[in-house]
Amino acid sequence: MVVVGVAVACSSVLFQTVTGNRILTPGIMGFDRLFVLIQTLIVYVFGALTLTTTDPRLLFAGQTAVMVIFSLALYRWLFGRDGRDLYVLVLAGVVFGTLFGSLSSLAQRLINPNDFVVLQDSLFAGFNQVDPGLLAFSAVLVAAMAVWTARLSARLDVVALGRDTALNLGVNHASVVNQALVVIAVMVSVATALVGPVTFLGLLVANLARQLTGTFRHRTVLPAATLLSVIVLVGGQAVLEQVFGMNTALSVIINFVGGAYFIALLIREPRR
Amino acid sequence: MIEIKGVTKRYGETAVVDDVSLTIAPGGVTSVIGANGAGKSTLLSIVSRLTPADSGTVTVDGLDVTTTPSEKLARRLAVLRQENHMSVRLTVRELVAFGRFPHSGGRLTERDLALVDEAIGYFELDDLADRHLDQLSGGQRQRAYVAMVLCQDTDYVLLDEPLNNLDRRHSVQMMRRLRRMADDYAKTVVMVVHDINFASCHSDAIVAMKHGKVIAQGTTEEMMTPKVLKEVYDLDIDVHDINGSRIGVYYA
Repeated sequence: MVVVGVAVACSSVLFQTVTGNRILTPGIMGFDRLFVLIQTLIVYVFGALTLTTTDPRLLFAGQTAVMVIFSLALYRWLFGRDGRDLYVLVLAGVVFGTLFGSLSSLAQRLINPNDFVVLQDSLFAGFNQVDPGLLAFSAVLVAAMAVWTARLSARLDVVALGRDTALNLGVNHASVVNQALVVIAVMVSVATALVGPVTFLGLLVANLARQLTGTFRHRTVLPAATLLSVIVLVGGQAVLEQVFGMNTALSVIINFVGGAYFIALLIREPRR
Repeated sequence: MIEIKGVTKRYGETAVVDDVSLTIAPGGVTSVIGANGAGKSTLLSIVSRLTPADSGTVTVDGLDVTTTPSEKLARRLAVLRQENHMSVRLTVRELVAFGRFPHSGGRLTERDLALVDEAIGYFELDDLADRHLDQLSGGQRQRAYVAMVLCQDTDYVLLDEPLNNLDRRHSVQMMRRLRRMADDYAKTVVMVVHDINFASCHSDAIVAMKHGKVIAQGTTEEMMTPKVLKEVYDLDIDVHDINGSRIGVYYA
């Protein structure tokens, strides 16, 4: 849960910095569903046997690599030109999320039932049944990414000022953005592989962290967001167990709270 | 020395900057004038590597701006664009402190902090130093941005309409400050200015652009004539000598 917390928090904060807004997160832009799609397509193309017989770490590395390439392409395409309207981007995110989701379910319908069962098993890992082997591997991966992010944090502060200002201050904007996107893709992959899509968690913790710390500096915001994210996950799990008696999924609770917050943000954000 | 050789930039069919070659000598204040859409801002952002040119080269002290590492250039050349929008909430002091980033890499030394305070004091931002940028008026914000760029302490300073949103007093102060930087510290200031009289009173040389080309350049005396100004702006402008400066009259 801590691993997921770190991954979701860092990827969301980085994504917001790189795109220069406070409303979009990888979850909202459909990046996590992209990961599900990639996983589904692998089963579709190679069959379930590959999924079960290949070393899960190797498989995961392959999926993540594909994910990195796709998310870079998607980013270039969506954010390549400046001055995109925020609402267009949100809409694009919703459309992409749905598109990736429907493509996944289409592919899931096309594969044979045995393969589907295997796939479903790997997709709906959930918070309660995480594969310990994969967890250790993920923890190492996320730790490595977190260190990488920490080393970038001073330059990320500058990138948050926008491309022109960053360039003027001698920061290689494109290079930092690319590094951040790789980190984002890996972290989203880890989080999604472990617990499935949790769309609004990142948004919730990234914005709360900025609000509570009242600063833009990544050195402060990143740890704060991570802490919040772990608190929300653990707290949500507690609510789930105590109040709902395990009758629902954790992501339902988080998405409910996060979704409400998202709408509030959209309404408050002045149109520009 | 800034050397621009055969620089062209097109947006679709139209050449915004059309085969411009220009040399700007080190030291002194150079103003770039011209009508809206003449390509002044685009040229400035090509020189400062913010916009890639389609063809041609720009060198600053012999360093090609497209191939020189960005952080090296940032200690030599600073630029302020016409419009600055930031998605993060910063205080004035935080913004100005970013000007020291090329030198300190995010860890401010005593000297950096002293320079930040000096820049804030110079632009009369002391009372506003801890306010957030979104709580300031346009002119106050403009002063904060210029303070950041000057805090960068570079040999070359490029400014795109530094007088944007400034009232008369702050405009004059800004120009005097830029003038003094050039005189006392041998810095090279290049700026886009719309008010030709500010250009006339405070700059050593003037470059005039029209339709993406440089149509005239020279010393202020050579440029501030009705004939040249007519060519640049398609407007009859009388030029008078007032208190030792050449002033164009075009309001009526």
